Amino acid sequence: MQLFETLFNGFLLGGLYGVIGLGLSITFGTMRVVQLAHGDLIVLAAYFLVTVLVPTGIPVLLAAAMVVPALFAVGWGLQRFVIQPSLGRGVLPPLIVTFGISTVLQNVLLLQATADARTLHSSLASAGVHIGGITVAAVRLVDFAVALLCLGLLLLLLGRTALGRALRATSDDPDTARLMGINPRRMYAAAAAIAAATGGVAGVLLAATSTFYPATGSEMLLIAFEVVVVGGLGSLTGTFLGGILLAMSQLLGARLFGPSYALVTGHLVVLVVLVFRPEGLLPRTAP
Amino acid sequence: MAEPLLRVDGLTARYGQLQAVRGVSFEVDAGAALAVIGENGAGKTTLFHSICGLHGAASGAVVFDGEPLRGVPAHAIVRRGIALVPEGRRIFPSLSVDENLRVAEDQHARDRRGSARPRRWTRDRVYELFPDLRAAARRGGHQISGGQQQMLAIGRALLSEPRLLVLDEVSLGLSPAVVKILYQALTAIRAEGMTLVFVEQDVRKSMAFSDHLVCLHKGTVRLAGRSQAQSLDEVRRAYFG
Repeated sequence: MQLFETLFNGFLLGGLYGVIGLGLSITFGTMRVVQLAHGDLIVLAAYFLVTVLVPTGIPVLLAAAMVVPALFAVGWGLQRFVIQPSLGRGVLPPLIVTFGISTVLQNVLLLQATADARTLHSSLASAGVHIGGITVAAVRLVDFAVALLCLGLLLLLLGRTALGRALRATSDDPDTARLMGINPRRMYAAAAAIAAATGGVAGVLLAATSTFYPATGSEMLLIAFEVVVVGGLGSLTGTFLGGILLAMSQLLGARLFGPSYALVTGHLVVLVVLVFRPEGLLPRTAP
Repeated sequence: MAEPLLRVDGLTARYGQLQAVRGVSFEVDAGAALAVIGENGAGKTTLFHSICGLHGAASGAVVFDGEPLRGVPAHAIVRRGIALVPEGRRIFPSLSVDENLRVAEDQHARDRRGSARPRRWTRDRVYELFPDLRAAARRGGHQISGGQQQMLAIGRALLSEPRLLVLDEVSLGLSPAVVKILYQALTAIRAEGMTLVFVEQDVRKSMAFSDHLVCLHKGTVRLAGRSQAQSLDEVRRAYFG
């Protein structure tokens, strides 16, 4: 029963991991750019919630809802004015630019918020729920539900709307997209904004679930990398499944070998999956 | 005398390091069909890309309906009324056949928001023109035959409501039966007053289907004139340089 409890907790934590990876998957899928500052955007969102919005007395739910459009705007602005000029000049310039954004964000957070650990203090964090003889943290159930909702909304957006079709067309072939009247720069800005908004959701969940520091962005980026690669580059559902696999592996490793083995077990499982399925769990089906 | 719909004047363009188009000039009247012929590497695709804004032209002018197009980006040129059916069809592989059509329709709908002018082209009309596409509407863009892809590429271009349809390699690699269907469709499209500029490897078909032809050789115009006024031998000599 304990093992099942561990696996179930891992499954729920996988929702948070999945939503951490969604933004990276969107930016890579649309622009073929690895957004190295994605983890720091998640942490920026968490800080914005905990150190700016909540202290003003805004109700936590409303504050959490405000983080998402704020990050949407940050993502749009970064893409339009900082990342876009580096595109079309090879793989390296956008990597350097996003690495630069990451460094700047980490240091600004360090300067403004110090290196103290932060978290969102709420009754949810300590509440537990009993389901069929096992106990799970209520916050993890919320994480999973919000992450699932986030994935569902993104799949609807990409699959059923004009913007989604234009984003996918631009991802397939930007030049031919231009021939349809699509401006790829606008699509890239939209993709970056949506990706950062998912980072906003991840930031809120991170703040509600655990403690964070200015340097937590690097950990978030590593999780995002692993879930995107193991899930299948550019596949949102694959990214979500990758998150579940990684989280379950980590918690299982911690349960079987001790807490210090959590990360290494996760890395090993990712490695094994990539050996047998180098294209990831759910690669995009089109060539 | 009426202004031509498209005027290309002394156009020069590069393809990578190569000077692929060298001082090309021609005009196309509204409702006419111009065939551009020439062997591989003659500069046809670079010329089309320059007209449609995918390649920047080094010098010269492209004037469409009295407005200069040099420096105008490709996505804005489509809105002005020029649609390109690119060589190789370039279907969006992760989109279904219907979604490939909807992408063009969406963009045009957004651009003409508030306009009272009725649409000439809808997905239903494209499906009437190419019934094969209706049957394959839900299949992936990469899962259909080359002929269906060419129908889709033409249908997609029509949904941007062009006044000038530019087709790069109409029949390359396609079976005679499919080519017949495509030219029947293009004849119907022409009958509605569409202006066409097209590349066709089959010289006889080019001459039969066009009002005027331009033969390119190493980026320059080797022969230009009314299609019916040229002999096949003359055209072949120009074609092979």
